[in-house]
Amino acid sequence: MFPPLQDLYRIAPEIVLCFFGILIMLIDPFVPAGRKRSMGWLAFVGTLVALASLRFMFTHLGSAYSGLLRVDVFSLFVHGIVIVVAALAILGSFDYLDHENIQRGEYYALLLFATAGMGILASANELITAFVGLEISSISTYILVGFRRTVLKSNESSLKYFLLGSFATAFFLYGIALTYGATRSTRFEAINQAIAAHGSGALLILGLGLIFVGLGFKVVAAPFQIYTPDVYEGAPTPVTAVLACGPKAAAFAVMLRIFYSAFGNASHIWFWAIWVSAVLTMCIGNFAALVQSNVKRLLAYSSIAHAGYILVAFVAASEIGVAAVLFYLAAYAAMTLGAFLIVAHVGGTGERRLDVADYAGLGTNQPWVAACFSLFLLSLLGLPATAGFLGKFYAFSAAVDQRIVWLVVIAAINSVIGAYYYLKVIVAMYFWEPNKEWTPSPMHAPMFIVLLLTAIGTIYLGILPDRVMQWAIASAQSLH
Amino acid sequence: MSIPMIVFIICGIFAVLGAIGLILAREPVHSALSLVLVMIALAVLYLLLGAAFIAAIQILVYAGAIMVLFVFVIMLLNAGVEVRTNLSRLARWVGIPLAFLFLVEMIYSLFHEYVGRAGMAAGGTFAAPVPASTEALSMKIFTEFVLPFELTSILILIAILGALVLAKKESA
Repeated sequence: MFPPLQDLYRIAPEIVLCFFGILIMLIDPFVPAGRKRSMGWLAFVGTLVALASLRFMFTHLGSAYSGLLRVDVFSLFVHGIVIVVAALAILGSFDYLDHENIQRGEYYALLLFATAGMGILASANELITAFVGLEISSISTYILVGFRRTVLKSNESSLKYFLLGSFATAFFLYGIALTYGATRSTRFEAINQAIAAHGSGALLILGLGLIFVGLGFKVVAAPFQIYTPDVYEGAPTPVTAVLACGPKAAAFAVMLRIFYSAFGNASHIWFWAIWVSAVLTMCIGNFAALVQSNVKRLLAYSSIAHAGYILVAFVAASEIGVAAVLFYLAAYAAMTLGAFLIVAHVGGTGERRLDVADYAGLGTNQPWVAACFSLFLLSLLGLPATAGFLGKFYAFSAAVDQRIVWLVVIAAINSVIGAYYYLKVIVAMYFWEPNKEWTPSPMHAPMFIVLLLTAIGTIYLGILPDRVMQWAIASAQSLH
Repeated sequence: MSIPMIVFIICGIFAVLGAIGLILAREPVHSALSLVLVMIALAVLYLLLGAAFIAAIQILVYAGAIMVLFVFVIMLLNAGVEVRTNLSRLARWVGIPLAFLFLVEMIYSLFHEYVGRAGMAAGGTFAAPVPASTEALSMKIFTEFVLPFELTSILILIAILGALVLAKKESA
């Protein structure tokens, strides 16, 4: 009846993250205003402990809390991504929060809570649990997006994200209700069995569609991507970095579980929906990015395009396809986190330098930063020997394996189009004359370490992908 | 026609009318009061389904606490008459037809699922498919679904923290 004690091991990372979040809330009032950065270090320690506590999950694989959670290699993999993203984002936030004058403990607490919610999403094996996890991660990020309270743009993007996000959540909930009506259960296995036994009626299709609306919003799949550029632009840049990596990975994880485990027997229904969405997502992201002159918006559109590439692997609906999605999420997290944090660094106080023209001369002013940024951009573009190339390679070959050739052709054309806008920024950094005198802000140790780690990650995944890919394949196998 | 059926139809009509009034009313207070109507009508529908606890909570929390808060906030802010924005072309020519299409889809699939299986035709019973008594509900919440229940406390904590972050006075 009552959940056994070892279930606690299976949610160890969430317990650790929430514990440190609450600890920060308790200590924060006693920390003098000038020393708030110590809260950030405490949060960083929290993420490290959470990372270590994955060990407990690993030794207690299995279902927990009467089957509401399913702790398998898949959920471990996604936990790894979201916790590492949070840890690096915390380190990358220090300077930014200082010069924006918003160095406050709540920022770090919210980041930890959001990560805990993403962890729940990664393990959820039942729709209500997934919903609560989704809400925990969403509501924390709504607040984080509006953290620069005095900046009008930040307020606007927070409100936009909140209103549209609430709509998306309502759709998700409506979808859960209809699915429950059609199958009499919210558990993934039970839904799967009900579909196998009774087939899929009109109600179930409608429910699945609404669930896709709710999750499509979180993974920025078209046509639910409209909010992305505004929200990503208005959010504090380190928060944008987290938004593009963490919640996206968690939402893709729960989407994989729902579509493969619960609705696996109805894949003929969702195949074309995802197919069309993938095409739209890639094309809208890439074509809109072509005309952007603001680097933050450009990267926002690029994140839409990359969601489209991930959907290509998603459509493949095979073990390799799932592994490709997971590998892509890890690779994308490494390069995007680095890219957005460089935008935060170059942007300076008040995020004044966001234009492509402002990057002119960075190659001579701060050669290391420029080199790192070039690496991330080339990886996003998909140059061989970088993480982005192998991510795309696995994704596209998984789709080709399933004979989804036209989609791969469209995806390949899209990645060529992407070259234009990524290279534009690199050309600006090295070949354009700086249009005004500008002394770049100095790079401090925490940010330097983050950039170093993300750059190493990008190259490592690009040259020696075997180990991570093996984990990804093991995760894909554990999904069934 | 049985009495529950008559009550169901009346409450259903009130709920739909309240929802339409909520959108069309120009005074914010009228919108809020329409929402109260929706909440109360929904509570009666829950009662018909045998979910007494949910019905009570619906009245206490939604029709009571939350709506009172809404009305107070509207009055304190002295919100004026809503300024109408004309529907954008996209909303008029794409949004409204799509909403209508969704309605048709819902009606079709619900009929397909339930009336098609002769559920309603066989006397229109409102017996809930699972026992929805307060006892059964609490058993489920505190044993089977204890994890989401506890996670909700984290959710509420985040909401409090968020209100604090967004509303706190800037310390000099």
